[in-house]
Amino acid sequence: MDSGAGESSAADDYESLMSTTDAELLKSAWRNEKAAPEILKFDADLVQRSRQQIQLMEEMVDEFGKNGVDPLTVSLYQMDLDRTMFLLRSYLRTRLQKIEKYVFHIQKTAEVWNRLSRQEQKFARRCAGDIKHHLEQSVLTKLPDQYQSHLRQSAASEDDDMVPEPQLDAYVVCRSKRYLGAFQLDDGSEEPVNIEADDLYALPYKSIKPLVESKQIDLV
Amino acid sequence: MAAASEPHASPFSAAELEFLAEDEMIEIVPNLRMDPLNFISGDFGPFRPQIATQVPLWLAVALKKRGKCTIRAPEWMSVDKLAQVLESERDSEKFQPLPFHYVEISRLLFDYAREDIPDIYMVRSLIEDIKDVRFHKIGTGLEIISKERTYALRLKNLSAMEANIVRPFITRALETFYKLSSSEMIQDSDHVPNRQAQPTNRGPRLLEYLLLLIFSGN
Repeated sequence: MDSGAGESSAADDYESLMSTTDAELLKSAWRNEKAAPEILKFDADLVQRSRQQIQLMEEMVDEFGKNGVDPLTVSLYQMDLDRTMFLLRSYLRTRLQKIEKYVFHIQKTAEVWNRLSRQEQKFARRCAGDIKHHLEQSVLTKLPDQYQSHLRQSAASEDDDMVPEPQLDAYVVCRSKRYLGAFQLDDGSEEPVNIEADDLYALPYKSIKPLVESKQIDLV
Repeated sequence: MAAASEPHASPFSAAELEFLAEDEMIEIVPNLRMDPLNFISGDFGPFRPQIATQVPLWLAVALKKRGKCTIRAPEWMSVDKLAQVLESERDSEKFQPLPFHYVEISRLLFDYAREDIPDIYMVRSLIEDIKDVRFHKIGTGLEIISKERTYALRLKNLSAMEANIVRPFITRALETFYKLSSSEMIQDSDHVPNRQAQPTNRGPRLLEYLLLLIFSGN
């Protein structure tokens, strides 16, 4: 790719970033989080800004109620508020579900642990502790010695094979905003796939993970 | 909650897809006067009687329910355009370009804006036919892919609802192919022959079962 094309695509990126509202960003973060098999990086800024906007909105709606503004307007503002709150809550809820599912894996892997927010880390720690305690109390202490770990099948196992890991091989349906050209799936033996803009593709999540992180591809 | 907690079902429920579709813009003709609305999702208005303006679908439906506007049907929803699309769907093997959320948008408009759509019965039956033809095409298209080993699938011009319905099938099928092909690659030549017979049998059975699922759930 020559430098000319690189520069114009950088300008495009800047423009598209500037023109995307927070609502759009939240929507696409929600969509990506829902469709991805593993937990994605927590967008702390976005969540913070959204919460601020929601709070401002709530105060505004309260004031409207007091000043006797036309109830139609108030209910419309309330609807928009509800929609945004739903997005935010569902985003957080999906992440919590994934944390609960893969809590031991997340605790073990530093890279994934760093994708969680502070509160999520606190939650994960408590969750892991609770599950471990429950498993030990109900089953593990009653098994013979070598089988008592909640992370391994037996003391003879080489790794922690009782820990469920997210399936990175899972296929996802995705869409790219721009033409990405010949894209090599990581098998090495396959020909590259041509990714056009705005077409849907079913690909293994593993192959497009870096693109999702840099927001060039959206999961649908 | 509408969340699907089963890992193999679609991550998005139909209600959530409708939620996403409700952000699409549509034209309305308000019959009231209102100042601009500054929402979190954007700024809309000002609203003046008889002056058409663009708003998101959820706002249009809300105003319509309260009798404050009429909705102008989007231009792809005319009898002529849809008849054309139906013709091309029937003739060609590919999918015709349609708005990504056409299913959800048409459903919402049929429910709430019945009198604003000219020839609504014709439009409704055309859209149903288009949906059927496209589903049929999805089925035949999927039958083709089962014969080769596929690593990626291109679903050009598929709409949101259709993609959501076939998603569980496609992801499972492709994952199975992936697993079987990578395990075949590391298999030695002196493996028991009937092990090799299994992978080819699994494909069609999986396909038939899940095709059945798609058509019965329609």
